[in-house]
Amino acid sequence: MSTEGVDMKRRRMLIGATSAISAVGVGFVAVPFIKSMQPSAKAQAAGAPVEVDISKLEPGQMLTVEWRGKPVWVVYRTEENLKDLPAMDGGLRDPNSEVKSQQPEYAANPARSIKGKEKYAVLVGICTHLGCSPTHVPLGAPNSPTEDWKGGFFCPCHGSRFDLAGRVAQGVPAPTNLVVPPHAYLSDTRLIIGVDQGAA
Amino acid sequence: MKKLLPLTAFFSALLSASVALAGGGGAHLMHVDTDMNDQGSLQNGAKLFVNYCLSCHSASFMRFNRMGKDLGLTDEQVKENLMFTTDKVGNTMEIAMDSSDAERWFGVTPPDLSVISRARGSDWLYTYFLSFYKDDSKPLGINNLVFKDVGMPHVLGDLQGGIPEPVYKTVKDDKGHEHQVIEKVAVPKGSMSDSEYAKLNADYERNVRDLVNFLEYMGEPAKMVRYSLGVKVILFLLLLFIFAFALKKEYWKDIH
Amino acid sequence: MKALVAMRDWVDERFPMTETWNLHLAKYYAPKNFNFWYYFGSLALMMFVIQIVTGIFLTMNYKPDASLAFASVEYIMRDVDWGWLIRYLHSTGASFFFIVVYLHMFRGLMYGSYKKPRELLWVIGMFIYLALMAEAFMGYLLPWGQMSFWGAQVIISLFGAIPWVGETLALWIRGDFVIADATLNRFFAFHVILVPFILAALVFVHIIALHAVGSNNPDGIEIKKNKDANGIPVDGIPFHPYYSVKDIVGVVFFLMIFSAVVFFLPEMGGWFLEKDNFIPADPLKTPEHIVPLWYFTPFYAILRAVPDKFLGVVAMGGAIVVLFLLPWLDRSKVKSIRYKGLIFKTAVSIFVVSFIMLGWLGTQPATPELTQLARIFSVLYFAFFLLMPIYSVMDKTKPEPDRVTFDAH
Repeated sequence: MSTEGVDMKRRRMLIGATSAISAVGVGFVAVPFIKSMQPSAKAQAAGAPVEVDISKLEPGQMLTVEWRGKPVWVVYRTEENLKDLPAMDGGLRDPNSEVKSQQPEYAANPARSIKGKEKYAVLVGICTHLGCSPTHVPLGAPNSPTEDWKGGFFCPCHGSRFDLAGRVAQGVPAPTNLVVPPHAYLSDTRLIIGVDQGAA
Repeated sequence: MKKLLPLTAFFSALLSASVALAGGGGAHLMHVDTDMNDQGSLQNGAKLFVNYCLSCHSASFMRFNRMGKDLGLTDEQVKENLMFTTDKVGNTMEIAMDSSDAERWFGVTPPDLSVISRARGSDWLYTYFLSFYKDDSKPLGINNLVFKDVGMPHVLGDLQGGIPEPVYKTVKDDKGHEHQVIEKVAVPKGSMSDSEYAKLNADYERNVRDLVNFLEYMGEPAKMVRYSLGVKVILFLLLLFIFAFALKKEYWKDIH
Repeated sequence: MKALVAMRDWVDERFPMTETWNLHLAKYYAPKNFNFWYYFGSLALMMFVIQIVTGIFLTMNYKPDASLAFASVEYIMRDVDWGWLIRYLHSTGASFFFIVVYLHMFRGLMYGSYKKPRELLWVIGMFIYLALMAEAFMGYLLPWGQMSFWGAQVIISLFGAIPWVGETLALWIRGDFVIADATLNRFFAFHVILVPFILAALVFVHIIALHAVGSNNPDGIEIKKNKDANGIPVDGIPFHPYYSVKDIVGVVFFLMIFSAVVFFLPEMGGWFLEKDNFIPADPLKTPEHIVPLWYFTPFYAILRAVPDKFLGVVAMGGAIVVLFLLPWLDRSKVKSIRYKGLIFKTAVSIFVVSFIMLGWLGTQPATPELTQLARIFSVLYFAFFLLMPIYSVMDKTKPEPDRVTFDAH
């Protein structure tokens, strides 16, 4: 064994090239393993858009459907409810729905609804604090969380409050408004959750 | 080379063993050339499958939307043309028939066909569909050359243009006794011209080939990608090999 | 750079990092004349890693439940992104692991790597082989196909052949009156936890033992007998970088062959994935022809060659036990086949032919002619080992050289 007269430059080049190609190879190999942990075709099929029949929903009522394992609320808001919304802006953290991740663009408006369908609020019923499901407390309910309660949602876990557009009150632990899922109207009485308005 | 001799001996022995194994295995099967890239064939196969098979047999591992994607069809096309049992494209090919009903009607539960091509092999399936024949001694009035006393009616009969009849030939056994054995099966020609009859048979063979092609796809949808991916992987390794080999050569210059 | 050195020193004061690196790689001196056959040790280690990694990812979606297992494997093959690749890597990996291990063992046999001072190394290796067979056998039940079920049924029934306690033992292993959900669940537990742990421990011990006694080489002479002024064997070279760069070449070449099978022939014509295993397990219907996977067939052929159930099991067990005894059966003066005489070379050839023929016979239906053939080869198999103490002494050996044979290219 002797290391005299060794072309160190060539050696370093070969080490570099072999290592680089190996590293790329390891990267390629990692892809299938990482991707295999994504939702499978079965999970995706189970998480497919859900159609909801809202013809039987009365003003002031709420119905809950399951979409991707999460509760999604559809609330039929009365005229009075809708009128109350702007009045509450002062006590809210994000009254104008400025946090982009919390609703699709077409619902970033005062009612947080699709234009023309303001009476319906479609919300993912998961508190943005730690994932509990808040309770629907309508206007005038006996157990209102505050004196001037105009109807909304109250999370029993840590006391976060949201109005009927899912907007979070100031001074509660939840940081952001409730999420508005992608949704679209197939007709006046059929709503689909999981598909964006315009894409269906 | 001399050093490699024991190894060569080892592998050639292994290889001869595998040839011997492949040689065994019974009846004479016809060969079918399947092609995962022939989308027209796969689409026709899928159509035949959902129309003729999917009422009694399920394919409970195969999702409609996956099939559509692999066969170049949109979800809407799949919904309109291929889905009769469900309305969700994400669902698998289940059937409404209850397995206990099935057992009462057919004596057995028709097996799920998702991986049938891997259990039976494409050649067997192809031969099977071409080997039904009339046999009045059986409850269903039919029999099959590769599946004796088959419990399935010849559902593709109308596609084949009738139930084939057996054509016998006489063979002598070792002791000189004569036996009638079925040489082949053939659909009655009736008043068809030669060219019409040939076309009928050719059409049926093509349809069966498409159906088998589809069954083979369904047995392993990944087959569509694994060949082309394999080529890329091996080429990549070859590149790595060239550099690794040069690196080894370089270092081993030190060793005298 | 300075910070890295400081960090290394910090660790070294608390953990023998550099020392370990030197002991096992940078200053582990391996003979410079390793040939082709010396790739299989590191390849076996790599196969172990591949099996562990792919196995972990398979358990994320596999369901060890008799009513769900078969479907969950197909779920992996279709619904899980890239699941088919992970599954094929694992199923092909199992067979390749055995190919590599058999070649590794054959290397040991050719060059006398089991002889003093490496007897214990060989015995540890044999325990690895034993654990590997258990691992493969239990893993093969998991897809819950017809071959999984009936293969396990047959092998577990072998325990029933043990006098007096046999039936009770077989029942205890199954946890039910036939192979059932309970069996599947416990096999899963052993396959993914217990046996891999044992294997990892044994592999570790195997490498420690190897590095204590030093590697053998194709000439079968001890390089440690011939050291230079610094105490370094003159025919030894540091494992790193010389054998690390060489093993990379071997690994990449091997991976090309491995990938070719994974992507183009994952079933290997029924040798790696059997047709009947695509039919869900059915306790009421035995497939026409039950065959264990190829790596077990030599022993299965020996089992069937013996007309008595109990003695058959004894013969099969014996076929493995004799391998353990190899270090004490070979009484030749030299280690390597290069310097052994015609008798030994002939014996090894007969052994190789017998082993392969038994492997083939184990896949065939047991017709009277083939059974007769299996008996002949079983006798030859045992004769190779049991007569070794005699013929290895009679054998006319050539003198070993002082230095290893090495010709620099």
